[in-house]
Amino acid sequence: MARKVYVNVSAKFNKDGRIIPESFEWEDERIFEIDRITDIRRAASLKVGGAGLRYTCFVCGKQTYLFLEDNRWFIEAK
Amino acid sequence: MDRVILHSDLNNFYASVECLYNPELRGKPVAVGGDVEARHGIILAKNYHAKKYGVITGEAIWQARRKCRDLVVVPPDFKRYIKFSQMARDIYADYTDQIESFGLDECWLDVTGSTHLFGDGVKVADEIRRRIKFEMGITASVGVSFNKIFAKLGSDIKKPDATTEITQDNFKAVVWKLPVQELLYVGRATHKKLGRYGIKTIGDLANTELKYLEYWLGKWGYMLWTFANGYDTSPVSNIGAKSLIKSIGNSTTTPRDLMNNEDVKITIYVLSESVAERLRSHGFVCSTVQIYVRDNKLYSFERQGKLKIPTSNSGAIAKKAMELFIESYDWAKPVRSIGVRACNLALAGDTQMSFLPEHIKEDKQDNLERAIDDIRRRFGHFAVQRGMMLNDSRLSNLNPKDDHVIFPVSYF
Repeated sequence: MARKVYVNVSAKFNKDGRIIPESFEWEDERIFEIDRITDIRRAASLKVGGAGLRYTCFVCGKQTYLFLEDNRWFIEAK
Repeated sequence: MDRVILHSDLNNFYASVECLYNPELRGKPVAVGGDVEARHGIILAKNYHAKKYGVITGEAIWQARRKCRDLVVVPPDFKRYIKFSQMARDIYADYTDQIESFGLDECWLDVTGSTHLFGDGVKVADEIRRRIKFEMGITASVGVSFNKIFAKLGSDIKKPDATTEITQDNFKAVVWKLPVQELLYVGRATHKKLGRYGIKTIGDLANTELKYLEYWLGKWGYMLWTFANGYDTSPVSNIGAKSLIKSIGNSTTTPRDLMNNEDVKITIYVLSESVAERLRSHGFVCSTVQIYVRDNKLYSFERQGKLKIPTSNSGAIAKKAMELFIESYDWAKPVRSIGVRACNLALAGDTQMSFLPEHIKEDKQDNLERAIDDIRRRFGHFAVQRGMMLNDSRLSNLNPKDDHVIFPVSYF
């Protein structure tokens, strides 16, 4: 079953008020750069349970969802 | 032109939110229950699996467990429910500014003015349902109609995650065959009364001569008759009007049954302090005090009385509440729940100034209580207390202001 993994995120707070994540730290302390963000929208995560702002990110060529819920970031882990 | 009114009802709200956050619970019978230790051990909400076993909202947890052995009971997380309620309101606000909450999980929306932008009522309703499902991970049932009463009935007809439209053309076929107690404000007593006259369905009610209803039920007869016939014209209040607080109250089920006036006094003072603090923080004074009492056989009643001077002082409110209690309770049974409510609110600045000694005393008391608010804000609720609270710390160990419970406000 999927797990809800909270991660440390480095993000840029834009002048216009938007928050853009740039990289995150995985459980094993490896840091992953976010190459591209293709979509930002409110969404629920039925897989791991949660609801917030969902960033569709490309990391190492793979698509992954990064969620911002209240003030914490999480990823749907396998 | 007919209005286009939506009533959105978040299905099994508390239970759905819990199931969203605990995916392992999905597919199991789940209920949200109060704290058994503090004697709030009743079912607050349940999901469809629990419903199948006949679990009903409001019954004791042990009763529910007898019907459904594997029932998973989780504690409530009101902060999260309030957050989700607000998320739903944010979605509604994309379609209209006329949003009226009815509890945390229900809202009326008047989208008459925005149908030319977003399409007809059903289209808006479907879009709202889709967004709630996608953005919040829970479902809603939406009723679409030309008045608030039928919109609410509509949201009850098909669940979960469905839209039901009730129009001028179909309401006789759809609404009139429903049992009369489905109608808003037909409670147990009215239902029984109507039953005696052979009024079983909403259609029966609509087709009864108005003068009989008025004779049996007074002005409520007229009200219900207009509801049943689709003549209800009450507006959906504007989003900005939500600060129009009509009364402020707190009630509690006490950790042990109250046996005498002393016990009641402690509880009433605790509640009154919370009510008074909330009055002050909103800048109100009240001129009527209402109490609610329920005994250990769950029989309940309310009484109210007017104050001489409008006030936001806990002392004055508690004194009046105590007075009302003593004159209306005969102590045939112990008391289980008690509530204090401040009504007839006015803005604090609008009261009559005076040099009369009681007014000056009132002002002094007011300053004192504000100082206490300040101490509590900085050092916590229990930093300063009345001496009487020490007589029974179990009863006084209650902070109703911060762990409050949410009830739907009245329709009117």
